[in-house]
Amino acid sequence: MSSIPEDNRYAKSHEYVHAEGEVGTIGISDYAQKELGDVVFVELPQVGSILDAGDELGSIESVKAVSELFSPISGEVIEVNEALTDKPELVNTDPYGDGWMIRIRMKDATEIDELMTSEEYEEYIEKESAH
Amino acid sequence: MAEHTASDQPLKKTPLNDVEKELGGKMVDFGGWELPVQFSGILEEHDAVRNRVGVFDVSHMGEVTVRGAQALELLQRTTCNDVTKLEDGRAHYNGLLYPNGGFVDDILIYKIADNDYFVVVNASNTEKDYEWLRDAAQGLDVDVQNVSANWAQLAVQGPEAERILQPLTEVPLPSIKYYRFAQGVIDGAQAIISRTGYTGEDGFELYVSPDEAPRILRRLNELGVKPCGLGARDTLRLEAKMALYGNDIDDTTTPLQADLAWIVKLEKGDFAGRDVLAREKQEGPPRKLVGFEMLDRGIGRHGYPIVEGSEEIGVVTSGTHSPTLKKAIGLAYLPLDKSAQGSEFTILNRGKETRARVVPTPFYKRAK
Repeated sequence: MSSIPEDNRYAKSHEYVHAEGEVGTIGISDYAQKELGDVVFVELPQVGSILDAGDELGSIESVKAVSELFSPISGEVIEVNEALTDKPELVNTDPYGDGWMIRIRMKDATEIDELMTSEEYEEYIEKESAH
Repeated sequence: MAEHTASDQPLKKTPLNDVEKELGGKMVDFGGWELPVQFSGILEEHDAVRNRVGVFDVSHMGEVTVRGAQALELLQRTTCNDVTKLEDGRAHYNGLLYPNGGFVDDILIYKIADNDYFVVVNASNTEKDYEWLRDAAQGLDVDVQNVSANWAQLAVQGPEAERILQPLTEVPLPSIKYYRFAQGVIDGAQAIISRTGYTGEDGFELYVSPDEAPRILRRLNELGVKPCGLGARDTLRLEAKMALYGNDIDDTTTPLQADLAWIVKLEKGDFAGRDVLAREKQEGPPRKLVGFEMLDRGIGRHGYPIVEGSEEIGVVTSGTHSPTLKKAIGLAYLPLDKSAQGSEFTILNRGKETRARVVPTPFYKRAK
């Protein structure tokens, strides 16, 4: 089992949020990238977009399937990871690092508390992969 | 990936199931069979087959023997390609057709000898094909047997396939030309060694006993042949524009609609579906399977509608990211008058209109 960074929070749809101050960095978990397989295209929102928690923020295409991405938190998109345009495989090779997707200025930092901790997420994916 | 989870029946396993798990196969439900969708990753496996060599477990495929004085007649009546053209030791691609011209299945027919044919069918169609042939055989001097349980099948595909396999057999592999086969011993196992495949690459399909197959897969893995899963099998076959039953062809599509005119031999005499095919050949089929490339971002995938205004004029049957060409490709049915190369059309991708263009196929052709 790969390690799940403790300083992130996790959504049931497998996005993570890494919060620093009022800025949340969003990507998908290592478990999610493994499930998807080789990522070939990531569609992300425009900088300036306003998202509510649970809104679709974009989509991710792997060779075998397409999946929607959902924003775990509300706020304004202040940065998108342009590197993914040419190197979508960063999502596979470094999901918690260079494979991040967007940065959001969070509207309500307490939303973070609604998300799973790394321990809870680990338990959650164990259940999901055992089904 | 299409999911088939309608039934609660336990998944069927091929004789290679344990070895595949050992080798890190990520197992999925594929039409009721537990098979690996990938080992190290689809792109890596795809690349191995295009440039070196990989091995696929295709033991789920069905095998039916057709034997007897009227074996040839049965196959001629039920298929659209001309089975009389097959010589001993040769195989061909063929369509088993309904009277309406639709596919019961797409199949390979091997001619072992006069009155002795070996038919390889799609896994999910095995029972249907067997019953179809058996029913059609009534009143003929021919014996049809479903022998699927007696055979495992390994597809060793890629430019290095011959070099890797030759030390394992005394059969001179260079003498087996494309779409020919030999019977012999490979790695100690009695086998049908067939120079065929579903990847657009050189390679062999090895039919062996289920007891011998796990040892051979282990041996191939040790020799550096990359274990490959269904994911790479799909990207490879799509680049080579090889049809997938249930996606690109089915009981509603004729070989002419599916752009498979080369397996339709109207002059061979009567066969199921001939009238429909003769008419389609005369008048042109109502629709045609074409290859496309995406002009917009995203991938047009199986089942996505093709629209013109509010009207649905066609459908995508297969779509993927082509690892070799590094772009989104696919196959789609379009009305005949809109199917010319260069024509552009609109695919509805989860509610969003995206543009695509008809391109020549196959998308990938290996250098000879």
